[in-house]
Amino acid sequence: MLEVRGVSKRFDGFTAVDRVDFSIGRGEIAAVIGPNGAGKSTFFNLITGHLRPDAGRIVLKQRDITGAPPHRICLMGMGRSFQRTNIFPKLTVFENVQAAFITHRRRGTNFWDLSDRLYRAETNALLASLGLADKADALSGALSHGNQKQVELGIALACDPEILLLDEPTAGMSAAETRETIHLIERIAGERGLTLLFTEHDMEVVFSIAQKIAVLHQGRLIAEGRPEAVQQNADVRRVYLGERH
Amino acid sequence: MRRIPWTLVVFIAALAVPFLGSRFYTFVASDIVILSLFAMSLNLLLGYTGLVSFGHAAYFGIGAYTCALLMKSANAPFLPSLLAAGLVAGAFALLFGFFCVRLTRIYFAMLTLAFAQIVWAICFKWNDVTGGEQGLPNVPYPDMAWMGAAPILGNFRVGDHFYLSALTIVALCFAALRRIVDSPFGRVLTVIRDNPERAQFIGVNVRAYQLAAFVVAGFFAGISGGLFGIFNRGVFPDFAFWTKSAEPLIMTILGGMGSFWGPAVGAAAFIVLNQQITSFTEYWPLTMGTVLIVLLFVFPGGIAGTLTAAVARLRVRPKAATPPASAPHMVKPNA
Repeated sequence: MLEVRGVSKRFDGFTAVDRVDFSIGRGEIAAVIGPNGAGKSTFFNLITGHLRPDAGRIVLKQRDITGAPPHRICLMGMGRSFQRTNIFPKLTVFENVQAAFITHRRRGTNFWDLSDRLYRAETNALLASLGLADKADALSGALSHGNQKQVELGIALACDPEILLLDEPTAGMSAAETRETIHLIERIAGERGLTLLFTEHDMEVVFSIAQKIAVLHQGRLIAEGRPEAVQQNADVRRVYLGERH
Repeated sequence: MRRIPWTLVVFIAALAVPFLGSRFYTFVASDIVILSLFAMSLNLLLGYTGLVSFGHAAYFGIGAYTCALLMKSANAPFLPSLLAAGLVAGAFALLFGFFCVRLTRIYFAMLTLAFAQIVWAICFKWNDVTGGEQGLPNVPYPDMAWMGAAPILGNFRVGDHFYLSALTIVALCFAALRRIVDSPFGRVLTVIRDNPERAQFIGVNVRAYQLAAFVVAGFFAGISGGLFGIFNRGVFPDFAFWTKSAEPLIMTILGGMGSFWGPAVGAAAFIVLNQQITSFTEYWPLTMGTVLIVLLFVFPGGIAGTLTAAVARLRVRPKAATPPASAPHMVKPNA
């Protein structure tokens, strides 16, 4: 599905991502973990086209997407959410999700139809599956943090992705909200046969749903594999224990 | 209570202005109608796409010169000339916009200003075509003989006839603009305004859409300029000067860029205030500046935004037990 080969990114001499090789197969659920500043977000930004890698290749569905603009990568079937909630605050919840349907199905060049009438059923169905049906007409910027995260997930899903990248989907959530969100994501990924790549701080969450884990530390991939194997890995233990004390 | 079709009410009231029989009222109404199109075209960028242009007068001026040159020098008929004004202005918007959308925020604004000043300089210096500093005086009124022959309209002056034509054309442009902002394209523009970064990740080619909005805005500014040249009985380089770019900005802020009709309301307020204040003081810019400062601090949604919020509040009051789904003070343009 997605292959990352020897990708590096430097910012003013500081190497945020250093020659990372990584791949994820169709339908797999993988997590990228690592301490703060390990380069997880940069890694995501490189894959989604937000940043251009200084070296290496990124291949999505056998097509080289290195350096392609984000909108093109999105139209090829990659959806993403952001660590810091990133929605359209002055539009309603309904409009947020509907806009993603419109743009992803390339109806945005239509100057003449009424946008209000487009994809109503699809939008309502998606909002219902996210538990946002009763908030459809609320201004998204006025919602709680947890609801905004759900809206963002809705925007990403409306783009009908084959691969979904979630950058800390539960950041800032309570334990209960986190559990709920993770179940939701797991269910939707299962229903749609999504390939899922996410970053997460909560190790319980990571080990409960990930089939594969990649560990970044100071921009380098120090371990990659099945959860049990990663858990046993000496380097990983040192990094994580070292971080705590 | 049924909704009152305010748009229709205002349009009919505007149609009735010539019946007042005053040359002055028709003059002021023409000014308002034509410049409100200028302001509304700018708001497609400002309020809907989130682009601040300091050089919108370029397209107003290009439209004015195009229409005037065709009608005066080439004796072309009115409607084709006016359409050409929009198309030529749109073409220049495409050319200039191609470079402008590569920049963001203040750099975008400054580049639009730079292009507008180039247009002004060309109009000012190219004596053979634009008449240079002297401009193009005596732009003819379009041939509206059929209106003179019509039953009721026959008693009106030629200025009234032109006013009615301009009003009809501007109303059609408003209908088109409304349709555009309500279309999927319009929705994409508001998405870009709200969050251009996120827009990319739902598959929006942000620059391409910004450029398209720029061209549409340029087209309508060109139509407005074409009409204004005829109304003004002459076209001058000042039409493209940077102070002219400030006018629709002020109108839009005055009226409220958050609502569809805001800029038109602002244009009316701006022109009426201008007329009233200049009649008893020469310090019109000072007064206008004061009005703007007060407005920005007290009514950040502009006149239209404040009125809409007030109406929303009145509507909500009867059923105060259930709070409104969305805060009434946050008025969206597509509300």
